Amino acid sequence: MENMVNVYFFGKKYSVPAELTIMTAMEYAGYTLARGCGCRHGFCGACATIYRIKGQNELKTCLACQTQVEEGMYVASIPFFPTDKRTYNIEEIRPTQQIMMELYPEIYSCIGCNACTNACTQDLDVMQYIAYAQRGEFEKCAEASFDCVSCGCCSVRCPAGISHPHVGLLARRLTGKYIAPKAEHLENRVEEINHGEYDSLIEQIMQKPITEMKELYNTREIEK
Amino acid sequence: MYTPYPENMMESIKKVEATRAERMSQEPRRLTADEKDALLKEFHPDYNPDAFEEIKVGPNKGQKAPLELAKLIHSTSRIIDENVDITKVDYDVDVLVIGGGGAGSSCAIEAHNAGANVMIVTKLRIGDANTMMAEGGIQAADKENDSPVQHYLDCFGGGHFAAKPELVKRLVMEAPDAIKWLNELGVEFDKEEDGRMVTTHGGGTSRKRMHAAKDYSGSEIMRTVRDEVLNLGIPVVEFTSAVELIKDEKGQVAGAILLNMETGDYSVARAKTVVIATGGAGRMHYQGFPTSNHYGATADGLILGYRAGAPLLYQDSIQYHPTGVAHPVQIQGALVTEKVRSVGAQLVNANGEAYIHPLETRDVNASGVIRECSEGRGVEAPSGQLGVWLDTPMIELIGGEGTIEKRIPAMFRMYMNYGIDMRKVPILIYPTLHYQNGGLEINGDGFTEAIPNLLVAGEAAGGIHGRNRLMGNSLLDVIVFGRNAGKKAAAKAKEVELGAMNIDHVAAYAEELDAANAATGDVSPLLLPKYARHER
Repeated sequence: MENMVNVYFFGKKYSVPAELTIMTAMEYAGYTLARGCGCRHGFCGACATIYRIKGQNELKTCLACQTQVEEGMYVASIPFFPTDKRTYNIEEIRPTQQIMMELYPEIYSCIGCNACTNACTQDLDVMQYIAYAQRGEFEKCAEASFDCVSCGCCSVRCPAGISHPHVGLLARRLTGKYIAPKAEHLENRVEEINHGEYDSLIEQIMQKPITEMKELYNTREIEK
Repeated sequence: MYTPYPENMMESIKKVEATRAERMSQEPRRLTADEKDALLKEFHPDYNPDAFEEIKVGPNKGQKAPLELAKLIHSTSRIIDENVDITKVDYDVDVLVIGGGGAGSSCAIEAHNAGANVMIVTKLRIGDANTMMAEGGIQAADKENDSPVQHYLDCFGGGHFAAKPELVKRLVMEAPDAIKWLNELGVEFDKEEDGRMVTTHGGGTSRKRMHAAKDYSGSEIMRTVRDEVLNLGIPVVEFTSAVELIKDEKGQVAGAILLNMETGDYSVARAKTVVIATGGAGRMHYQGFPTSNHYGATADGLILGYRAGAPLLYQDSIQYHPTGVAHPVQIQGALVTEKVRSVGAQLVNANGEAYIHPLETRDVNASGVIRECSEGRGVEAPSGQLGVWLDTPMIELIGGEGTIEKRIPAMFRMYMNYGIDMRKVPILIYPTLHYQNGGLEINGDGFTEAIPNLLVAGEAAGGIHGRNRLMGNSLLDVIVFGRNAGKKAAAKAKEVELGAMNIDHVAAYAEELDAANAATGDVSPLLLPKYARHER
């Protein structure tokens, strides 16, 4: 007999193999997931989940696809949470402190409770990246929020109603577009292609017979 | 001593550690073309004749497809006995994009910017897609020692000379502009202090042209283009799948029948041009392989297009990524990005031998792992799964302490969840079902030849990568062909006059299935894999 544990999905008890994740345990229990299931590998944030172990006070958050079941786990999935994304024209805005104040003024209502950081399924210092955003330190905010999967567990727990993943995303877009230095070699190559500098070369290689292509490929020099 | 693995695995690790210094001093030899061919023929799953069957109906009749895909092809429409009134139009747009991944989103942005009224339908959420999970990077020949022609050679040769030249041309020639476009949308690529892109090798590349955003490359791209879709106010109808295309009496595509995944209600979208951007098929679990793909990767677009008369290309060519997780069992099949090898980790067997160059093409390296395991040089995990080592501690020895957390933080996190510190011990891997090399056939402009005004973009399209795709050419493909499809679909929509809509092809296909005595009795597209266990 497999090693089984008792878990409670939305309060209903199921006995499931101990090696399963919360997500595969729900499927073992008979659920066909439509919401609350996306990439299944910890990148998309679709399976935000909240749970409490029977007899323990602490309320925990996790991704269902990345978390193994435990005995006495009371589980509720949060397949959707109404975070509040503000829209903007990326070509018109600039990386100024002002822009955070305009788009996400509620970040200045942060009371410093750190519930967001405690809730983060990626172990990010969420409160810290919000602090960077408040100060207009977009590069730091971008770096500290980079691994965010937008599961929204932080926002669920925030008493100030902040939509943290959107704040981090704005900081990253501003950093990527305006603050990080331009790649000159990239701009040059795009120019060269637009000026047709590779047109005849590419046509030539497209016309080559397969035998010649094989020779070219098998003897090509590989950069060390 | 640090012992995160059972005893048999730790014993093997001693051998890996004993050879590490010597292995680091010499790069493993690259295989010759003949050696590669022999390895593929003996060990690549595509050469397993029992895993394929003949297609009995439709434009590819007589050709082979994986058993699981053939079953879908031989299944009937789920609306055949439903009375869906297609004259009642719920959504009326210029461009209908089916799929909300990287290709669908970049397509919608370009169609919108070209002035079209565009809408995305997606069966899960926008961004629940393989793009989100692509870790390693995106190729573009933008360095001084590189050129689009060199990129063409790598792509065409890596794909066994089977790709369509006009598609490879578009891929490589528009690659630098794709990177520029993403960068200007705010994608944070890894850069040097002076702005130069940090680029590395992928399997089969002859120049270091892999651009990355740590090992969240696809996530960073997907969340940025998704944000842009939302900024532009493009309608996104989530949890809604397309279950059949609609045509008009001229045979042009005219829209799609949609299914609300939660309520089971049908609705009708009319459109002047339709873009299939539904992605891959990993969740079909060909040959019983685990997969690195997202939950919705069930080949839906292939079925929609095929039933309406659009041919497939290379539907029998599947990519198994050489390094899927073999242990721990909770994340078995998850992708271990090729970037782990790009930054220095070797593939090492149970005896501590670096038996192959770590950056051969994916089909070759996958075949190599399977050979080692089937010839007794694999390591057994507690689940019974065999695998070989990916010697991750080498990364820190080569790149310096902290390289793993800086360059591959997602991998580090994924393993640390299960108490495995890849800085200290190697990780056990086995091939995982990763990518469909083939798909619906398109011409150089992204249109299907068989059905006017129907385009395909991203993994659902076939012919761009031949019979094996290189790392970093899929993220590139979704952006280049997604953008292209958006521009072309918007332009084409301006001249399309739609006639009366019909779904006659659905009944005709069912008759063809009956005549060939091929009907399975099931319905397709599959929409979601059947993972729920029911005791009775």
